[in-house]
Amino acid sequence: MKNKSMKYIMKGRKRRHLRWLYVTVSLTILLFIVSWAMLLLGSTIYPVKDVISVLLGEEIKGASFAVHSIRLPRMIAGLFAGFAFGIGGHIFQTMLRNPLANPNVIGITTGSSAAAVFCIVILHTSNAVVSISSIVGGLVTVLFIYVFSKGKSFSIGRLILVGIGIQAMLNSFISYLLLVGAQQDIPAALRWLSGSLNGSQMHDLPPLILGVMIFAPIIILLGKQLSILELGEQAATSLGVRTDRTRLLLIVSSVCVISLATATTGPIAFVAFLSGPIAKRLVGAGYSAIIPAGLVGANLVLAADLVGQFAFEVRYPVGIITGIIGAPYLIYLLIRMNRKGEL
Amino acid sequence: MKLNHTFHAEGISAGYNDRTVIHDISLEVPSNKINVIIGANACGKSTLLKTLARLLKPTSGEISLDGKSISKIPPKQFARMVGLLPQSPIVPEGITVTDLVGRGRFPHQSLFNGWTTADTEAVAEAMETMNITELANQHMDELSGGQRQRVWIAMALAQQTDILFLDEPTTFLDITYQIEILDLLTDLNRKRGTTIVMVLHDINLSARYADYIFALHKGKLVKEGEPSHVITPALVKNIFGLDCTVIEDPISSSPLVVPIGRHHVFQNNVYS
Repeated sequence: MKNKSMKYIMKGRKRRHLRWLYVTVSLTILLFIVSWAMLLLGSTIYPVKDVISVLLGEEIKGASFAVHSIRLPRMIAGLFAGFAFGIGGHIFQTMLRNPLANPNVIGITTGSSAAAVFCIVILHTSNAVVSISSIVGGLVTVLFIYVFSKGKSFSIGRLILVGIGIQAMLNSFISYLLLVGAQQDIPAALRWLSGSLNGSQMHDLPPLILGVMIFAPIIILLGKQLSILELGEQAATSLGVRTDRTRLLLIVSSVCVISLATATTGPIAFVAFLSGPIAKRLVGAGYSAIIPAGLVGANLVLAADLVGQFAFEVRYPVGIITGIIGAPYLIYLLIRMNRKGEL
Repeated sequence: MKLNHTFHAEGISAGYNDRTVIHDISLEVPSNKINVIIGANACGKSTLLKTLARLLKPTSGEISLDGKSISKIPPKQFARMVGLLPQSPIVPEGITVTDLVGRGRFPHQSLFNGWTTADTEAVAEAMETMNITELANQHMDELSGGQRQRVWIAMALAQQTDILFLDEPTTFLDITYQIEILDLLTDLNRKRGTTIVMVLHDINLSARYADYIFALHKGKLVKEGEPSHVITPALVKNIFGLDCTVIEDPISSSPLVVPIGRHHVFQNNVYS
């Protein structure tokens, strides 16, 4: 009897585990394809073997410059930023049990942007300082949202509304900075308002890459704890999770990856918002969607950037494209929440 | 196979923010028994349960398990000995029954190792005990209230603790399901010797299913012992403010509280 039910249970578990595996592998393959497309496509389309030789260090006139100075940094920036936005957004949405409660909507990315813009436009500081202040900006924004939305009892609706308010304030601060900033900084405005991979350079990337390498594993290892936290504070505590410590570690790690990504590419609109829900739908409930969310994020950014570069007569920055995809979903969620009386 | 445990609380007070809800309670949880905490609304039943299960830090006093202060036991180790099913845990969206029950295995797993046969075995056993094996691959949102509650209890069982706390496990359930849950918990106690401590709302079900009762009134432990000793008209009057008469339950011969009230009193064959 017990053996029979063990087999029955394992069958279901295996099926769901396989689904997770298929999704993750497919997303990785897809990511590989769009990453290659990023390297091959451009004003000149180079053959695969040329790009490979260039990557291996060979000099090919034209191709070497295009790949090393433009396409490769652009691809790496998009890949890591997308992954960072994907996992960071998913952690917030899962921990706060609401897809609206993510860094894009409640203004955490805007906080990082504001700090980064301030450093670049006003203080003219180095890259390292920009990265660190964008992390600080993100964390301070989280703290503000927390303090202002605390009230007598915690309400997710209030947190979201406070976050939207803070975001609006920070956005006007960014606009102000760009206005008082030097003329040559103005083209950067779009990057800081919606995010762009234009002008990504190799030497800008190490902080982001390092940050993702350090914090993404921490987040992934805490996935099991996160899935227990989903059962609520009391159930999680009685299952032996140190809830406060886990939550703090998850929030700080998520804010770090998101802020570093924001400092590099600007707040690419809605990637943190869309990746989690898409990944969750793909893997189904019960299995950790952290890695898939990161992969969805990276795919989204690179695919949207390809669309922005080549689908229209004018080249659009990636944030415009992701914004077009994300905005309707945001409106849909707001309407649904309003109907349920959660706002 | 089951070990005896000594679970002891000495002079504990606890509450929320500045408000102390339970005052200076000392008790010893009888091992391998079904223990029920009774009392009126807001008397501190749940607070006592949460404090004992370490969800709430006592503001004063000391709780010890097998002679060791529970605040000194690492959380995961504690979770392998003591489980608690909260009153309203949250169902993650779209989760299946097996996966939810499987979450109960968390304290037995370490950072890197994955799912083991021992985990499957524990989950299968918990699901059989709660009679939900055939629901294994269903989604939680497709189940009835009674089925869901059985799944939650199965999750707590998969934790394989010797001591199990339950916060009002029968609330919001139809009477049939209430009896079913309490029968299943009794099976668990009789077969495995699991020590059960639960808060129940219904005093008559408490009197029938409990081996031992703790009666709380305004945050203080006013009486404890076997049901036949604890459940008296005087106690019911004291803690619930209800006039009643206590008769013998014709089925279980445990005490049965019959409230008096102001209407429908039938005496000497004459309605008054």
